[in-house]
Amino acid sequence: MAGNNPSPTEYIQHHLQNLTFGYHPENGWSMAHSALEAREMGFWALHLDTMGWSIAMGALFIWLFRKAGRMATTGVPSGLQNAVEMVVEFIENLVRSAFHGRNPVIAPLALTLFVWILLMNTLKIIPVDYFPELFIRLGVDYMKIVPTTDPNATLGMALGVFCLIIYYSIKVKGAGGFAKELSLTPFNHWALIPFNLVLEVIGLLVKPLGLGLRLFGNMFAGEVIFILIALLPFWAIWLLDVPWAIFHILVVTLQAFIFTVLSIVYLSAAHEHH
Amino acid sequence: MNINMTLIGQTIAFAIFVWFCTKYVWPPISNALHERQKRIADGLDAASRATRDLELAQERANETLRESKEQASQILEQANKRSSQMIEEAREQARNEGERIVASARAEIDQEVQRAKEELRAQVSHLAVSGAERVLEASVDEKAHRKLLDKLAAEL
Repeated sequence: MAGNNPSPTEYIQHHLQNLTFGYHPENGWSMAHSALEAREMGFWALHLDTMGWSIAMGALFIWLFRKAGRMATTGVPSGLQNAVEMVVEFIENLVRSAFHGRNPVIAPLALTLFVWILLMNTLKIIPVDYFPELFIRLGVDYMKIVPTTDPNATLGMALGVFCLIIYYSIKVKGAGGFAKELSLTPFNHWALIPFNLVLEVIGLLVKPLGLGLRLFGNMFAGEVIFILIALLPFWAIWLLDVPWAIFHILVVTLQAFIFTVLSIVYLSAAHEHH
Repeated sequence: MNINMTLIGQTIAFAIFVWFCTKYVWPPISNALHERQKRIADGLDAASRATRDLELAQERANETLRESKEQASQILEQANKRSSQMIEEAREQARNEGERIVASARAEIDQEVQRAKEELRAQVSHLAVSGAERVLEASVDEKAHRKLLDKLAAEL
């Protein structure tokens, strides 16, 4: 445990605090030394741990798959290539069944989302004390290693998907077509345009919000349970930790899969004319 | 748990990773996969074609075998017929030849007998004359007794 025998509340709060760098009203650009300082920084702050670990996982994904792609032969595949091809084929089938349009970007996008989120979620299986403790020894106050337990990360990816939804909606249907879709569905009557608009815009905005919050909620809740379990006496931890970790293998994969499938479905809807 | 610039940073990271994946990661793997699929499909096609060819070839071989067997039996039959015919002909010829030889031998014998008879007849007449001469001890006028002698000779 961190610090000098902190209370359970302090321990949990410490584990849920990101390593933050930002503009503090009094200290200027600096590292936040407490949760309060981090909150005072407001929007102009960056979670270094979230960014670092997510980019590391993204880079790991790119490196692994690029390596497999370089080695890719049309002959008998082996080892890494087998695993990578399995994932690629899985994503390809997923896109083929859920996406009803022609767009060469969708499949690589889905692959990136799936593997990246999977890798980031998997960081959760690492015992909760390892990295915070290690970084405290190195003089770093906070270290929350699972990026998907940070709403910034999940909403950030959802925002990326949202931008693509808007982009393809306008590209496929034209700005007028998109506006018409927002204002004249579900009720095709001029008097109901405001009502339609409210309905459709909320529907549109809920898509990325739901996408990001679902992943965040699942991962965050699981993380809190892990931290609570870590508060038990050391000889009792494994009793609850092991079943929870095994259960989380399912959650980790399932959430990555759900995020990917919903992104494909939303983008597919963006390509369809009404 | 504050919403801050990390949101934007994550979106940028997302965009970069997706772009990189689309450009450099997806195409080689996907291409290799599809190419292999095509090759396997081609291989299976070729295998089934080869099996069909083999079946066809076997059928043709069987056909040829049956035909040649038929031909062989036909040839054998013909040869048998021909050989019995030849034996028959040879037998016929041999019989004819034998008959001919027998006939000519018989004719020769007849001739020989005739000649011997002629000779004998001439000698008998002569012998009879000389015997009569000796018996009569007298000179018999051959001309006078011609008639008698001829009669004698004819009786032999």
